[in-house]
Amino acid sequence: MKALMFGWEFPPHILGGLGTASFGLTKGMIENGGLDITFVIPKPQGDEPKEYARIIGANCTPVVWRDVDYGYVEHRIGNVMHPEMYYSLRDHIYSDFGYIGTNDLGCIEFSGRYPDNLLEEINNYSIVAGVIARTIDFDVIHSHDWLTYPAGIHAKQLTGKPFVIHVHATDFDRSRGNVNPTVFSIEKDGMNQADHIITVSDLTRRTVIDKYRISPDKVTTVHNAVEPLSPELLNVEVPPKHDKVVTFLGRITMQKGPEYFVEAAAQVLQKMHNVQFVMAGGGDMMEKMIRLAARRHIADRFHFAGFLKGKEVYEMLKASDVYIMPSVSEPFGISPLEAMQMGVPSIISKQSGCAEILQNVIKVDYWDTNAMADAIYSILNYPAMYNELREHGLAEVDQIRWKKAGAKVLDIYRRLIG
Amino acid sequence: MKSICFYFQIHQPFRLKNYRFFDIGNDHYYYDDFANDEIITRIAHRCYLPANAMLLDIIKQYGKKFKVAFSISGTALEQLEQYVPEFIDSMQELAATGSVEFLSETYAHSLSSLHDPDEFVAQVKAHDAKIFQLFGQKPKVFRNTELIYDDDIASMVSAMGFKGAITDGAKHILGWRSPNFLYSSAAAPKLKLLLKNSKLSDDISFRFSNYNWESYPLTADKYIDWIAALPEEEQLVNLFMNYETLGELQPAETGIFEFIKALPRFAAEKNIKFVTPGEVLTKFKPVAALSVPFPMSWADEARDTSAWLGTMLQQEAVAKPYSIGERVRLCQDKRIKQDWNYLQASDHFFYMSTKHNSDGTVHSHYSPYGSPYTAFTNYMNVLSDFMTRVEAQYPAEIDNEELNALLLTIKNQEKEIEALNREVQLMRNNIVKDTTGDFPVEEEKPAPKPKKKTKKG
Repeated sequence: MKALMFGWEFPPHILGGLGTASFGLTKGMIENGGLDITFVIPKPQGDEPKEYARIIGANCTPVVWRDVDYGYVEHRIGNVMHPEMYYSLRDHIYSDFGYIGTNDLGCIEFSGRYPDNLLEEINNYSIVAGVIARTIDFDVIHSHDWLTYPAGIHAKQLTGKPFVIHVHATDFDRSRGNVNPTVFSIEKDGMNQADHIITVSDLTRRTVIDKYRISPDKVTTVHNAVEPLSPELLNVEVPPKHDKVVTFLGRITMQKGPEYFVEAAAQVLQKMHNVQFVMAGGGDMMEKMIRLAARRHIADRFHFAGFLKGKEVYEMLKASDVYIMPSVSEPFGISPLEAMQMGVPSIISKQSGCAEILQNVIKVDYWDTNAMADAIYSILNYPAMYNELREHGLAEVDQIRWKKAGAKVLDIYRRLIG
Repeated sequence: MKSICFYFQIHQPFRLKNYRFFDIGNDHYYYDDFANDEIITRIAHRCYLPANAMLLDIIKQYGKKFKVAFSISGTALEQLEQYVPEFIDSMQELAATGSVEFLSETYAHSLSSLHDPDEFVAQVKAHDAKIFQLFGQKPKVFRNTELIYDDDIASMVSAMGFKGAITDGAKHILGWRSPNFLYSSAAAPKLKLLLKNSKLSDDISFRFSNYNWESYPLTADKYIDWIAALPEEEQLVNLFMNYETLGELQPAETGIFEFIKALPRFAAEKNIKFVTPGEVLTKFKPVAALSVPFPMSWADEARDTSAWLGTMLQQEAVAKPYSIGERVRLCQDKRIKQDWNYLQASDHFFYMSTKHNSDGTVHSHYSPYGSPYTAFTNYMNVLSDFMTRVEAQYPAEIDNEELNALLLTIKNQEKEIEALNREVQLMRNNIVKDTTGDFPVEEEKPAPKPKKKTKKG
């Protein structure tokens, strides 16, 4: 079985949970065997892991014919994909896209991020998808998140192959209900055209069914999972600390509910003093949060650590006594699982998708700052609570494997192919 | 002649209110009065009162031929006295018939038997005193919290003078043996054991209204036929259940009251008697000694103590209060003593169970909390406040022995002051006498005479 996947992010260059989940799922599916995956991303850097999927860069796919020699192609994109692939893609250019503006290889440039001209980039991505779909052989199309739905639809229209979309988030999650009509219409179009829809939680499944009016029998939940951490990450060194540390990790945006964390911190600090609260991440609400912390007179105990990447994330977790994710709406939320892997007791909002599968965490309503403060206080003050959550959490998260998630997706493929 | 031994358990804990960490040190009232009132009143009206009325009817009709036993925890009695006093009246009426026996247990429905032998003895005494005060009976048979039992408990119970105890006929203890006999304890041979017949008890308490059960509907004649059909030598059928079975677990609409009402008639037809646990001890001879090295109970699939002590959270929450047990028993403060009782109820720990399978649904069904972690947090917050109160009375730096000596001094100080006052008075009199008389010197003699006369603690 061969799958053509369209994604936007792929490790190690990730901006959010989408890249981690896309890669984890790919790996988990390959571990089940009997599958080849071609994974298209806008702008590979060349250091992406290639053992589980053949990577095609949208910015390495020619849409305008250029006469370039083998050595030059290898020099330019050899670290991303094989030059032969470039030539076979070049043989399938299906229209004249000279007007778009291409580089010396006849390829469109992509930022691979979330730029202001995102819609234009999405459109270009689907043009490229046309070339790729004509070139390679596959049995099923799989699009990760709304940015790649148009590309998937394009590939489906060309080949008639079954089309699966993977909903990692919807615009209802990102905007607390104030959806962007353009984004909504792209999402809705993708869902209508899809032969099957995979959601990362039952919460998201309900959103897809209720808000996008999709027939329930077309929507299946496949919960996300985590990769076991390397011993190097598990044993990162952290400087000795004197105070307890409570950590929030994530974008500081409305969706993540950072203000509830500040309010809960203010309560805990009324009763305890040897605690530090850390908010790591960046986002449009950061300044507001700094002002809020100052207004609650806890600025001396409340720290903003900025955006952490790679190993820093695990150092931060290792130094933490409590991890908290008060998201207002979280389709899944992989980060508490990572915290549990590092042995950090976690508090998550009931409104997050991962609450559906996790038992050994404390679940509170995102708005219930009292319960949140109680939970923080309890973990910090009662060693039995800390140990119970830590040890059972480790055991539990060990059982949540991508391989199982991959097997479920493969089942869906088989049903669609017939 | 076969005998049925009915015993019903009545217990309600004092549920805790939502007690936040801000309240530690500020708020010393821990209970959710509204919930406690609401729950006990509801259950009393659905179950305890109509069931009592039914039993009274049966006893009026059959006289001494029908008998039952009750075990009512001290905390339940307190709540009933407070919120449903008519229940106490109706229970007293039942007690007066002479067909009802009351069993002994721990006052607080606590786990003290596993953690604190001194507390255990104190609570059993407190409970029996309460039963005597209300119903005029001195319990003779002991029933531990949730039928928790092992060899150590047997020795303690026997040492307290009980001749019999009630526990579960757990399969892992009985093996091939039948619960339908009287047994004795291997650790304390004088203590006889009545074992619950789980199959026949659960037929009533859990399966009675189950449409999918092949024996549905269960009728009194069918049920009595089953008992009559037991092997000839199995003479004793122990039916132990929660009183809530009648009317709450099996609502009145299921016909449970009519079922119980009809039992004596069919039993009489088959020549089956009703006995109380106390009578069993005199009428039956133990057939074998049972050794129970590890604690068992009637809860959950495992029939052990994992329902209350299965996780680190529970072990911590149980161990913490008993670590200050001795301290609290030294306390004179009535409020502290009362809270100490209420906080020991096993229910608080039951709510903290993190079992997830079918046992888990039972735990969460009874729990007033959303999750076991909230249960733990709330309990520990309350306990923190309680411990600071005890600490405030008797600082932890002073060890118990020193404290005991100091307390004795305080206790005796009044008498000592009185004695010394008398001494002073005497000397004064002498001085007065001396000025009128001759020499004051020899009056020193009576002084050392009245020293410490009383020594209680």
